[in-house]
Amino acid sequence: MNLTVNGTTRQVESGPLATLLDVLREELGVTSPKAGCEQGGCGACTVLVDGEPQRACLTPVGILDGASVTTVEGLGAPASLSPLQQAFTHHYAAQCGFCTSGMMLAAEAYLKRGGTDDREAIQEALAGHVCRCTGYVKIIDAVAAVARGDSFDMTVTAPSPGMTNLGGVS
Amino acid sequence: MTQATRVLFPTSAEEAVEQFGDGSGVTVVGGGTIVMPEITYGRLAPTTALVLSRAGLDTLDISGTTVTLGAGLPVERLAALAQDVKALAQCALNVADYEIRRQATLGGNLCAGEGHDAPRGDLQGPLLALEAQARSVGADGEATEPLQDFLGRRAGRLLLDVTFEKPAASAFAAIDYPHTHEYTVLAVTGVRTADGETRLAATGLAGFGTRLRSAEAAASDPARAGAAAVEDVSLGDDALASAWYRERTLPVLVRRVLGELEEAA
Repeated sequence: MNLTVNGTTRQVESGPLATLLDVLREELGVTSPKAGCEQGGCGACTVLVDGEPQRACLTPVGILDGASVTTVEGLGAPASLSPLQQAFTHHYAAQCGFCTSGMMLAAEAYLKRGGTDDREAIQEALAGHVCRCTGYVKIIDAVAAVARGDSFDMTVTAPSPGMTNLGGVS
Repeated sequence: MTQATRVLFPTSAEEAVEQFGDGSGVTVVGGGTIVMPEITYGRLAPTTALVLSRAGLDTLDISGTTVTLGAGLPVERLAALAQDVKALAQCALNVADYEIRRQATLGGNLCAGEGHDAPRGDLQGPLLALEAQARSVGADGEATEPLQDFLGRRAGRLLLDVTFEKPAASAFAAIDYPHTHEYTVLAVTGVRTADGETRLAATGLAGFGTRLRSAEAAASDPARAGAAAVEDVSLGDDALASAWYRERTLPVLVRRVLGELEEAA
């Protein structure tokens, strides 16, 4: 079977009941989706399948023949980060980074659905994603900033309302 | 990881029924949200897997006052019933999170075995209160029966759809819990039928969902109904809550649901 991963068609040899997570990480070498709980509870493995967020650990790859999979590498490149990637950087929304990939893809889908900067709506959209560093405030700040259409100065870290900014704000 | 020796992808309901056969040795994969972790963690090693994602069972049909939901319908799509069956839509949106709801199916939710450390089967509550009929196939052929009866013998059967009549009003109440826990601690659904009958059901119990018959009999007095509901259920301790806590919160949810039904009337 074939999968298109970040725009490139890849042939998959794993059996149809292999999880998409195992196929991405172990067969195709795409390691940004993380193997966290591997039972759908943490959100760290989330990828976009034909534009919609999906838990890679719960998805048998056999149902995806011909589908298009986007991981966080597909959102942008180091020299041309997507708005969401810029926002996560500017707002210091990644700490250990384990949840970041899943958070960003769920947020990307939320924004594509027309999501606004309403914090409760963002929380609901990211409800299935656990940040073990508990850095939710800045993650929500970042998603809200993209929803508002903010532009980002990548040389500074934005202050967060109600929080002590530990980044390099001048 | 362990691989099934045979993986079948039926492309129609008829083909799914044929490939399911008498169900012997067949593991049904609906959305995969329950089965896949079982395989990943080595608790399940299917010899034959019947994957329903292309079987066309994801139907939602409203014909007059009759609603029919295919077993493969993603839970998220039940939100579309917010006008017709408010409680069912609310219950669906209370399940897990957006990604899981898009992937999980009605049939998987109804047919799941008991959870390892938390209750499953949220949708059993509203569908029991709606007195849904379940259509399924198994070794003895096709059967349409009350959902309560189906739940008692669901192992070895393939659920095809459920059918019920739109209620005059419905209400749903659940214990709120932090987002990171995906299972419902305790939930109560109430239905008021067109002829004024009040039905109540609960999930988050030991075993599958349960009609609250004693509470229904006392429905005109919410306080008494709430107290009576405790007699209708079997409560257990699990990772989410204790039986002690559930016993004290069940009456509250019953009163809340009956109050909402009364307001709707």
